[in-house]
Amino acid sequence: MSTAAHSAAGGPLARLSDALWRSPRLLLAILLGPPLLWLGVIYLGSLFALLLQSFFSIDHFTGMVVREFTLRTYAELFTPANFDIIVRTVTMAACVTLASAIIGFPIAYYAARYARGRWRAAFYLGIMMPLWSSYLVKVYAWKLILAKEGILNWALDGIHLQWVLDAYLSLPVVGGNSLSVSPTGTFIVFVYVWMPFMILPMQAALERVPVSMLEASGDLGAQPGQTFRHVLFPLALPGVVAGSIFTFSLTLGDYIIPQIIGTSRLFIGQAVYQHQGVAGNIPLAAAFAVVPILIMGLYLWGAKRMGAFNAL
Amino acid sequence: MPAVSFDKVSRHFGSVRAVDGVDLDIGEGEFFAMLGPSGSGKTTCLRLIAGFERPTAGDIRLFGDSVRDLPPYRRQVNTVFQDYALFPHLNVRDNVGYGLMIAGRPRAERDREVAAALEMVRLGGYGQRKPSELSGGQRQRVALARALVNRPRVLLLDEPLGALDLKLREQMQEELKSLQRQLGITFVFVTHDQGEALSMADRIAVFNEGRIQQVGTPEDVYFRPDVPFVADFVGSSNVLPAALVETLTGRRQPAAIRPERLRLGSGSGGALSAQVTGLSFLGLTTRVTLKAGDTRLTALLPQDAPRPAEGDTVSLEWAPSDLHLMRGSA
Repeated sequence: MSTAAHSAAGGPLARLSDALWRSPRLLLAILLGPPLLWLGVIYLGSLFALLLQSFFSIDHFTGMVVREFTLRTYAELFTPANFDIIVRTVTMAACVTLASAIIGFPIAYYAARYARGRWRAAFYLGIMMPLWSSYLVKVYAWKLILAKEGILNWALDGIHLQWVLDAYLSLPVVGGNSLSVSPTGTFIVFVYVWMPFMILPMQAALERVPVSMLEASGDLGAQPGQTFRHVLFPLALPGVVAGSIFTFSLTLGDYIIPQIIGTSRLFIGQAVYQHQGVAGNIPLAAAFAVVPILIMGLYLWGAKRMGAFNAL
Repeated sequence: MPAVSFDKVSRHFGSVRAVDGVDLDIGEGEFFAMLGPSGSGKTTCLRLIAGFERPTAGDIRLFGDSVRDLPPYRRQVNTVFQDYALFPHLNVRDNVGYGLMIAGRPRAERDREVAAALEMVRLGGYGQRKPSELSGGQRQRVALARALVNRPRVLLLDEPLGALDLKLREQMQEELKSLQRQLGITFVFVTHDQGEALSMADRIAVFNEGRIQQVGTPEDVYFRPDVPFVADFVGSSNVLPAALVETLTGRRQPAAIRPERLRLGSGSGGALSAQVTGLSFLGLTTRVTLKAGDTRLTALLPQDAPRPAEGDTVSLEWAPSDLHLMRGSA
């Protein structure tokens, strides 16, 4: 039997392990290098290139990009037609975010507080399953549900409530010929598609709120509504903000849902798509693409100022 | 009129009888301990008083009024939680002032009361700190101030000293006791530490398996246990089974005898002969573990007493008055 206090050095792999153990920084560099390279060069690089493009402009006669620094392209964003697109998209994103938070909160709360064992598995399955199927498939499925000849109309007709939907669709701004070509339809599908991204971070945040915290609030005289306002919501806020970053930015950037379901009025994503494709106006497309980044930056700054991350 | 009274209260979780037919009166101004091992139902009883649990059967009264259907926020009791449950997003001042804020008291009055409460727990000047910036002992004081500032008629404490280290624990025991004397309100605290219960409480209820085994003063439960469980859990007493006691006294009842009252003689002159299975040095005393037939016993010997060796056969002697007969069938 060996009396040495250590085992003998093994093959080359073991020697490599030993070497890495002796220089942890090298290990860190090996592990972090490739992803940082990817993030830094490819992702941030292209973002920077985009930003650069937005300061160029297009010569409307030749259709060529003029590579000179100008703010003219940004000024173009404020023409009524373009500004309308921005307002429409931001309004939609805000509505989708708010609705996702309101609908998602009870679900997330239930999952965090009460769901155990099999119910917990069912919850995760229910939330995640829509993410497994193709996004296009889901959107087209919704088109079939919401279309004039679709299942929703058929069902409402069956229970003689068709008139409720018709009355709603005759409203200005939100209505349309049928749900599938109305802003309401776009809204419904956005809320459906992005909902998991709102629920999961909220659930994670709620899970970290100990039950005793809520009991303490009640113990000190707070009714459930007061406990929600003064304790539960502030503690869940980082999760709500994280979720809203997803729903807000995903809605701001999406160009497929409004293409398939909704009116012919454009969203930012569609504008970017058209300007860089058919119209060949890369600078304007880039300027449009900067808008969501700017809005998200402002949103996060505002959330931080309002103390959304104090509970972190 | 008792401050808290349990009237045949049960709380079942599915098939688990966490609390099973508890009858108990806690007097006004009493420092009352609920003592028992984990899972014995003591914490559930505390939660029943606070209103976090509802009884499956029976009724709970606070100062004579049934609170069966009263939610926690309508009860004039406040709780110091085991994990303190301080609100991490609020500073110390707002934590302590939470109850007053909910009650709609004006800011100036609130600030005054909060300052006084923090002064009382010797944390004056800590109002602007966040709970995360405090030590365990300081958090505990904040939790105490947060409960007491509302002037509850009953203060509930769930393992209040469990998370503190030994020195701090002894200091807080003293402070809690003097605070209770000074305020004169009823304190009900839950603990699994018999030493804590014995040193702090006016009266103790010993819990096991959802039932109260004995209620009494610290001297009662320590020297005069009713049942073998109390003898063993509270006093670490020797329990002699009924069959053995019958051969000694002629009465078929289990009995308890305190380890420090056992005397060791050589030979077989005593009431019982036993074999020494272990010795450990405790400072003031030496603990001797013994085996008499199937019964394991412990004796505490003063340092000047002659010490046996492991494996020796010794005879055990005691004064007849030291053998305390109990009910039960262990």
